[in-house]
This record gives sequence, structure tokens and C-alpha cells, in this order.
Amino acid sequence: MIQIKHLSKVYDGAAGAAHALDDVSITIADGDIFGIIGMSGAGKSTLVRCINLLEQPTSGEIVVDGQNIVGLKGAALRAYRRRMAMIFQGFGLLSQKTVLQNVCFPFLAANGKVTDENRSHALELLDLVGMAEKAASYPAQLSGGQQQRVAIARALACDPEYILCDEATSALDPASTNTVLKILRDINRDTGVTIAVITHSMDVVEKICKNVAVLEHGRLVEQGSVAEVFSDPKTHAAKVLLGRVDWDA
Amino acid sequence: MLSFSEFVAEYGQLLFEGTFETLLMLLIPTAISYALGTALGVVLYLTAPGSLRPAPVLNAVLGWIVNIFRSFPFIVLMVSIIPLTRLIMGTGTGLLGTIPPLVLTTAPFIARMVEQSLAEVPRASVEAVEACGASTPRIVFSALLPEALPSITRGVAVTLIAVLGYTAIAGAVGAGGLGDIAIRYGYYRYEQEVMIAAVVIIVVIVQVIQTVCDVIARKVDHRTARK
Repeated sequence: MIQIKHLSKVYDGAAGAAHALDDVSITIADGDIFGIIGMSGAGKSTLVRCINLLEQPTSGEIVVDGQNIVGLKGAALRAYRRRMAMIFQGFGLLSQKTVLQNVCFPFLAANGKVTDENRSHALELLDLVGMAEKAASYPAQLSGGQQQRVAIARALACDPEYILCDEATSALDPASTNTVLKILRDINRDTGVTIAVITHSMDVVEKICKNVAVLEHGRLVEQGSVAEVFSDPKTHAAKVLLGRVDWDA
Repeated sequence: MLSFSEFVAEYGQLLFEGTFETLLMLLIPTAISYALGTALGVVLYLTAPGSLRPAPVLNAVLGWIVNIFRSFPFIVLMVSIIPLTRLIMGTGTGLLGTIPPLVLTTAPFIARMVEQSLAEVPRASVEAVEACGASTPRIVFSALLPEALPSITRGVAVTLIAVLGYTAIAGAVGAGGLGDIAIRYGYYRYEQEVMIAAVVIIVVIVQVIQTVCDVIARKVDHRTARK
């Protein structure tokens, strides 16, 4: 379970302090696929980057399975990050490594070496995402959707308890988006891994999420089950995201 | 006017020895400089603001040191550190005498080239391996340097060709080499054929360096789908 408590992130800029996140509290239950939705600049990427400490929150707590992880450093931070795999909009594959080497990277990060057993496990994961044939290819030889499937296999190689998806399908065409979402949904169903999905697309939320939180200007403005929020959006932000406003007005 | 065979008989050995001296002066200090410069470049990259291990003071101090050594005209640096060179190498002249000044001027140059190559590695790739729980040394050796390898290889060509220019100047402290031959015969003795021959050999060396590095860089680069 991830409990985000009164989380704030302030960037000190030339134009004064900017509140990327302002007192956000969210609880993500184990086994959930939790959508975090908002417009560009709503703070959703900052939120997910705080969860795995690519950014340090300014204040507040992130309690994961009972432990406040804010301020973790060194080996403890690295061990935590292996439990909290991440999938990026830009895929983040290493261009000079083959697909298989990319998927094996978490083993290298954890143990300093890649064993034959690791490699066969990586091939199983590539098979799971339908990319086993491309094990010897390089990322540049793959389409965006294929690269993201490789990135998912890499995330799974950590054997994570949580997967954070930061706009994982935003750069993909609708067909690839569906493939990637289906893979995430099936992994959640089969392994019970908790998934947090950051997106600006209600379509993505509707397809795979069980619960959703709506962010606007760094604040949490609405949250609930997907059914609730979709049937009765209470805030303007949710209505805009759902396309339920007169855009000509 | 000498025929080609007469020219080779007269000056062939001189030019051959000069080429050999130039290559030694080029390759030995550059190899040492790469060991130092790559390490320095990695530290500059890692300690920069917003990088993996930001350390503003260390970054600024190292940056100043690099800039200072890069500001010296090579001939001034070489002459001014002769006492240091004697202390380290036991001599201020000859091939050995050129190693310290060439390293001192080349290592900072390489540091900046390597820093730049590392900075070109996409942020998303670096963050992704960070998010895998990789340690900083692991990120450097298993992700950053391999990702930057094609760019670093192209930097080797730029570096070698720059150092080749310095070796001509280093010839002035008695290290020999093609630059020294070109000046002695062409400038002091008006034997222009020897000077031209020395320059032609230098041009050939430059072309070979650039071509070899380009071929290797293409070979190790997997960023393009076409091969």
C-alpha cells in the first residue's frame, strides 16, 4: 500500500516559488490499478517522480508498506527502487544495448552480474510482452509500441511490487496503446502487482483503472472509483478531462 | 631538382624517423591523457547541477582548473613547466620531455569532450536505469559510458588531430618529429621539398585518424535502424 500524506513539492525559480504539488494525499491499495489524471502541468509527473524519489518532496510523507520512504539514501534507496519499477513516456531504453541486455539491466543493477538464469527469465518476460523474437534487436530497430513493451519487460525484471507508469502510452498510436494497456492489465490480474498510471487521457483510465485521482494545479481535486468519477464528475477539471464541457464556450 | 628516388634515398630515413617520433609523441601522451581526462570528464558530468551527484563547489573548482590549463597556449605551457617536467621525467627535452606538457594540455581537453559526450546521453535513459536501482558507478560503467561510446570515439579523432598539431610545436624542445623537420628544413634551410613531404605525411596521418575513428564510431553505434 502506498500512502501519500500531505505531499508538497516546491520549485524555487526566478519567478518565485512554484508549487508543483500542494498538500496532496492519496492512498493506493495493494492490487489496484490507480489512475492519476490531470492536464499538462497539473503535477502528476512530479507526483510519480516523488514516489520513486527521482525527485525529493519538499514536505509530506510517502509511506510504502508502513515505511516512510522520503529521505531514503544509498543502498536502501536502490533496494526500494527495485520494488518500485517505472515505465516512462520516452521508454528510456539504452540504445547501445540489445533488447535482451536492456531487460537484463535490473539484474546487473541488483547483483553486478547477469546469470544464464537471469537471461532465461528475461526471455520469458519478453515472451510475455510478445517481444521474444526481437531479443537480439536494438531499440532503434523497434517501433514505439514495441520499445514500450520491452520497457515493461525490463520493469518486470525487477520483480516489483509496484509499477509506476508515467504517461506510458502518451507517445503511442491507439493500437500500440491498447496492446500496452492490455499487457499492464493482464500483469495486474495475474501477479497482483499494484500499478499507478499517470495520464492525461481519460480513455486510458477508463480502460484499465479501478480508482482515479484528479490533479489540477498541483492539488488533488477529486478522487474515487472510476465508475463514480465517470458517472458523476464533480469538479470542472474532471469534466474537462472527460470532455463534458462545451469547448466552444 | 631531385628525382623521386633520389629524394627518397636522401631524405627517406629522416622522414621515416620523423613520422615514427611524431606517432610516439601523439599516441603515448594521448593514451595517458585519456585515462586522466575520461575520469575527470565523468566527475565533471556527475557533479554538475541537476546531475546524478551534484556537488557545485567541486564542479566549479574542477571546471576552473580545466579552463586554466585549456587557456595556456601550448608553447607557453610547455616552456613554463620545464622544471616540473625535469622533476617528473628526469629530462626537459626529447620525447620524454614532451609527455607532461602534452598530458597537461590534452587531459583537460578530453575531460570536456567526454563530459559533452555524456551530456548527450538522453536523460530518459539515465533516469530509467536510476529507477532500476542502479548505483552511480553502475550507471557510469554499464550505461553512460557505453551509451556515449560512439560520440567518445568521434572525440578521439578530434583529440588526436589537435594533439598532432601540438607535437609539431613540441618538436621545438628537441623531441623531433615531422613538425620539427618541416621547420628546420623548410624554414631555416629553404629545402622546401622536405617541408612539403613532411606536411603531406601529416595530412595523410590526419586522414587516417579521421577515417578510422569514423568507421569505428559507425560500427559501435546502434542508434540507427539502418546498417
